[in-house]
Amino acid sequence: MNAFLEIRDVSKRFGAVTALSDVRLAIARAEFFSLLGPSGCGKTTLLRTIAGFEQPDEGTIFIDGADVTAMPPERRPTNMVFQSYAIFPHLNVFDNIAYGLRRLRLERAELERRVSEALAMVRLDGYGGRRSDTLSGGQRQRVALARALVRRPKVLLLDEPLGALDRRLREAMQRELRELQRNLGITFVLVTHDQEEALSMSDRIAVMSEGRVLQVDSPRALYERPASRIVAEFIGTMNLLEATVTEGAGSDAVCNVPGLGAIVVKDCALAAGERATLAIRPERLVISDGGRTSGTIVSSTYLGGRTHLLIALEGNGQPVAATIDSASGAGASPGARIKLDWEPDAFIALPD
Amino acid sequence: MSDRSVPPAIAHAPRKWRADAPGYALLSPTLVVMVLGLAAPLAMLVLYSLWRQNGIALQTQVTLGQYASVLSRAPFRALFLRSIAISSAVTLATVAFAYPMAYFVAFEARAKFLWLVLLTIPFWTSYLLRVFAWKLILGWNGVINSGLMSLGLIKAPFGFLLYNPFSVIVTLAHAWAPFAILPIYVSLEKIDRSLLDAAADLGDGPLRRFLRVTLPLSLPGIIGAAVLIFVPTTGDYVTPALVGGPRGTMLANVIDVEFERIGNWPFGAALAVVSMMAVGLVTLSAVTAARAAVARIR
Amino acid sequence: MSASAKLASMKPPGLFVYAILYLAFLYVPVLFLPLFSFNDSAFVSFPLAGFTLRWYRAMLADGALGEALANSLKVGAVAAISATLLGLAAARALTRYRLKGTSTVLGFVSLPLFIPDIVLGISLLILVNALSTPLSLSSVIFGHIVLCVPFALAVLLSRLEGFDPSLEEASRDLGETAWMTFLRVTLPLALPGIVASLLLAFIVSFDEFLIAYFLAGTDATLPIYIWGELRFPAKLPIVLALGAAILVVTCLLVLVAEWLRNLGRARTTPLAVGA
Repeated sequence: MNAFLEIRDVSKRFGAVTALSDVRLAIARAEFFSLLGPSGCGKTTLLRTIAGFEQPDEGTIFIDGADVTAMPPERRPTNMVFQSYAIFPHLNVFDNIAYGLRRLRLERAELERRVSEALAMVRLDGYGGRRSDTLSGGQRQRVALARALVRRPKVLLLDEPLGALDRRLREAMQRELRELQRNLGITFVLVTHDQEEALSMSDRIAVMSEGRVLQVDSPRALYERPASRIVAEFIGTMNLLEATVTEGAGSDAVCNVPGLGAIVVKDCALAAGERATLAIRPERLVISDGGRTSGTIVSSTYLGGRTHLLIALEGNGQPVAATIDSASGAGASPGARIKLDWEPDAFIALPD
Repeated sequence: MSDRSVPPAIAHAPRKWRADAPGYALLSPTLVVMVLGLAAPLAMLVLYSLWRQNGIALQTQVTLGQYASVLSRAPFRALFLRSIAISSAVTLATVAFAYPMAYFVAFEARAKFLWLVLLTIPFWTSYLLRVFAWKLILGWNGVINSGLMSLGLIKAPFGFLLYNPFSVIVTLAHAWAPFAILPIYVSLEKIDRSLLDAAADLGDGPLRRFLRVTLPLSLPGIIGAAVLIFVPTTGDYVTPALVGGPRGTMLANVIDVEFERIGNWPFGAALAVVSMMAVGLVTLSAVTAARAAVARIR
Repeated sequence: MSASAKLASMKPPGLFVYAILYLAFLYVPVLFLPLFSFNDSAFVSFPLAGFTLRWYRAMLADGALGEALANSLKVGAVAAISATLLGLAAARALTRYRLKGTSTVLGFVSLPLFIPDIVLGISLLILVNALSTPLSLSSVIFGHIVLCVPFALAVLLSRLEGFDPSLEEASRDLGETAWMTFLRVTLPLALPGIVASLLLAFIVSFDEFLIAYFLAGTDATLPIYIWGELRFPAKLPIVLALGAAILVVTCLLVLVAEWLRNLGRARTTPLAVGA
């Protein structure tokens, strides 16, 4: 495999607890790659292993063709933006950013040029003389970014860098980070527990749980075709329905869900008589007068642009969630009888 | 601090812990010094207390004779009682007088740091000289007496001011004041002011708020201050030596005599060990009783 | 005025008066020292007999006092430096590494804070005697180190505990070796704690009487010297002059330390590359 950053069968244990289990990842050059998962899934341990702060018990790590597994952090071509930013309080902004350049013994002029360049990259021009304790959270984050980028690493590692920022700032920073990464062409590996963040910024995402990688895919593929129940439930909301397969020949299967009737599932290799879990995103359930099934609205939650509906189906104890545009949902109040419809490829089948 | 980067399940091995060996290596010089300077001497103290001094010779057969001597003789029992009584009085007085002061700084003062500095400046002088200052004040020809006499308020000087337990108590209470103020201040400062607002909102007036919220919450500070003062004052040497006179002698003075003058080290050692245990016992029971009382208030 | 400030101010105004009186109680005895050091009489009397500076002149001329002062400075400096080094190593070990029995170690090392000086003093005397070591300033230094380590440890522990471990990791990540990380990040950040520890340990040692009294040989430390002089009324005012001088010097030292501390905060040198 010719990946730029390769993680081969890495395992890591802390005492009796396994933090990473046979992790295999191939990250391409100039890719924005995210590690996504709940607290405790091992994503940060993996990041720190790439950085060199943890030694894997098994497995190897290759960066740009070189085996870095045994290298200490100061020798690896990686740089990290820490969750706490780790801005040196006793140095001002200039000295923080220049910190990692000391070893290069650059000429004064060259040093200043590179630091100004880094500051411009993160839009903090002129902040060089500022003291670290006068910086806001967002500014500290940029300084941490500039400090890491000024060394021109092959891989930039980011450990939940936006968690401490407020929502507005976070969304702005997400866009900035994405743009920065595209302009610089550096491989970014980002750790986050926020699936929206991962979806909005990444080229590909690895969803992790309990030390294992569950699925690696583009954001759209992960969202539309999650490979397992865990992934489906972690990313966005998903309706999960028990079904029985009625026809299983060929590439598609037909399943029966009480209350919804016959559902065609494309690219599904189940045989007739088997049980399956079908999944559909709330926004793909459409309310239309010509719909196939009837249901009664149980509750309606207005969320601004969208309205979230809970609909009871006849013959099925489990209600389904549907999301509609608030503008078009004038008649969607609790108690109303409505008809549901969906596109042919809206449902997928999940292995348990 | 919580370690955000590590799953809660393995929080017992947070990432800041590297391989343990360098840690033990770093700790060892300090441990060696402290074992040599603390554990070994204390062990030897106990050992000496089990031996006998026969003239100039030290007899190293283990015997409990020294302890029997200490515990059976009335003057020594009286000495223990007096020392503990004096220290208790000092502790009570110091804490009682310090509390309103600490309360003032915590709740009413605006330049708190300034007040705290002001409160500690007097104690940047030599302890010996401070005790001596009290001697100057309380003495026969001292400030109080000569002042009152020159003002014509008294005909003859007061003799009861110096060279008795009273002078020891006053001097020690003065010397240990900051040790009471600071812990009480800290615990008062930590009290969440919104608790008092809540109490007021629920109908309590200022006195009740104090009794029901402030006082109980500052109890850890009070207990801390009390222990901080009680234990060392039982073993104080300088104050009883300078202002105590024969009636104000305390444990340390007698131990000193045994070591420096009489030369009966085993007996002195036994005296020291018994004092430590007695003081420890008293402190422990007092703290336990205080905690139990606190629990009952709640 | 906020609601809670209003509530607080409903307290009796007498508290301020109490505070002033309390402060007076603390200061007055101490102020008598400089007061009587200017008294033109070898005997303490109130009111003062007259104003004079002769006691200060005598103090400066007193050779034994000068020697005792020098000894105390020596002992204090060595004890403070040693206790701080030991305390730093121990604090580092306890905050950075997961060691077994941390609380036991902590309790043990803190013992000198809870044992009366007299017990510590005689125990050390017994030890020194058993090792047939002569009593001298060295034995005093040793005793003071043992006494000061818990103070140093307490100060340094609190300083190191708030230390973000990511800072050192960031330094490594940016290319510095472990040793350079220590010099460029750990040490500068621990410096205020180190200085505080040195000061505290020095003050504890400088003013310490009882243990020095038991462990000293022929060389006296300042407290031992003062103790000796307290028995001779004629030399008394010289001792008072000394006390006043110590007070003034201590105040100056603390002011300088505060000034230095604030100076360190305001450092904005952008040219400190490689610092």
